[in-house]
Amino acid sequence: MSTTTKPQVAFYWCAACGGCEEAVVDLAEDILTVADAVEIVLWPVALDFKRADVEARPDGSIAVAFVNGAIRTSEQEEMAHLLRRKAQILIAFGACSQLGGIPGLANLMDRETILRAVYDEAPSMVNPEGTRPAETFPVNGQATTLPAFHNTVRTLDQVVEVDYYLPGCPPTPKVIKDAVMAILEGKLPPRGSVLAPDVALCDQCPLKATKPERLLISAFKRPHEVLIDPETCLLAQGLLCLGPATRGGCEALCLRGHMPCTGCFGPTSRVQDFGAKLISAIGSAVDATDPGAIEAILATIPDPVGTFYRYSLPASRLRRKVSDAAPAVAPLSKAAEAA
Amino acid sequence: MDEQRVGTGDRSEPTIVAFFCNWCTYTAADLAGTSRMKYPANVRIIRVMCSGRIDPQFVVDAFAQGADGVLIGGCHPGDCHYAEGNYKALCRVVLLRRVLHEMGIEDARFRLEWISASEGEKVARVIREMTQTIRGLGRLDLPGRRARWDTELLGREAAEPAMAVLTGSDGR
Repeated sequence: MSTTTKPQVAFYWCAACGGCEEAVVDLAEDILTVADAVEIVLWPVALDFKRADVEARPDGSIAVAFVNGAIRTSEQEEMAHLLRRKAQILIAFGACSQLGGIPGLANLMDRETILRAVYDEAPSMVNPEGTRPAETFPVNGQATTLPAFHNTVRTLDQVVEVDYYLPGCPPTPKVIKDAVMAILEGKLPPRGSVLAPDVALCDQCPLKATKPERLLISAFKRPHEVLIDPETCLLAQGLLCLGPATRGGCEALCLRGHMPCTGCFGPTSRVQDFGAKLISAIGSAVDATDPGAIEAILATIPDPVGTFYRYSLPASRLRRKVSDAAPAVAPLSKAAEAA
Repeated sequence: MDEQRVGTGDRSEPTIVAFFCNWCTYTAADLAGTSRMKYPANVRIIRVMCSGRIDPQFVVDAFAQGADGVLIGGCHPGDCHYAEGNYKALCRVVLLRRVLHEMGIEDARFRLEWISASEGEKVARVIREMTQTIRGLGRLDLPGRRARWDTELLGREAAEPAMAVLTGSDGR
């Protein structure tokens, strides 16, 4: 048992790719400073603490819990509630946790469509009996259980109260380090803040000086279709760069690599619906007045939802595709009560 | 009367939120009123200075708050009081329509019309048509749907929008 008075810290991983875990390691030597200053009490990807270890701790005893990933299963939902109860500060770590992220694009489909694609239609799948994952299954006379797979992907703050947000896919070492230092020094901004500058990325872009006074785009191009001029604003070259409505603080890493911004840092604080704001910004740059010509130019954006809501569909005002399909199974709460 | 039904969740009549530009379509709606033309009371008109002022956020927010249809009215091409605001509106509408379509919101729920200040009859006709079409489609009722989507959650009653904390408001 630890006898230190170091602040206790927990990390947890929900519906995410694992990049946010890498991001912690990306702190490089600085991780030693962090590891020295805190006591890690949960970090499944690196340390062997169990859920029961966290449950055994007093409520509010963990100083900070960093949760990455969106909420898709009942297990992730339970862990979000558990960590909310045990932690004084709960931080949504990364785009999936803050806005839904790439896994959130699954809100364009319902549960049944996804299960059918994976368990019936995938070319590598042989499943003549149409077996599907069951939430409870008898093994040797005992019931084994699996988490429920929800119909809708959610942001962390659609499930529990969140204190702070660390943006990015994944958050950059700089924003992580700044956040950790702010926590350790007790210099956190007002609750509910996104821990990154509240300015548009264009403002921090190395190509800012070449952004025309008035953008006029006559065809949207994709990075593989053109030779990118590294010295000129990418929007001015017709590349769909989401800098105008995306929060800065990422040090314009993609732009420095001559790739357009895809919006992973999410919106600034004045924006209510990130994708709609991007549609506003990009739509008004179309260089045409004839309806046919406008349609033709915008047709060069092949996937508007995937482009403008790439990281934020669950956090959008519409949240998910409208369909009358009810959740295919009863919520696990009932199964849990029965168990 | 009608207002009391808005947002109560059990209304049977659709609600259409209309954003009309000050110079043409809103004036036309005024004309329709002073000319005593009849059109369904399903529409809630919001006056904006120009159709170019209509942020796509207004449209998705109207749907999210329970609108069953959204109508945008602006000056005819070439007639914009601010020269080109209506072209910007058109570009945004074209792009937003594709997004709404992909999100499962029927195309007929979102309409753009150019209506000049003298076309009071067109205001009445468009509202009549749109109300009729949407009655056929039924209610969209996103607030009710969100509540139903959230019945799969374990705890915490209907979670409200993610951006609430970011905007410092309840997002509605």
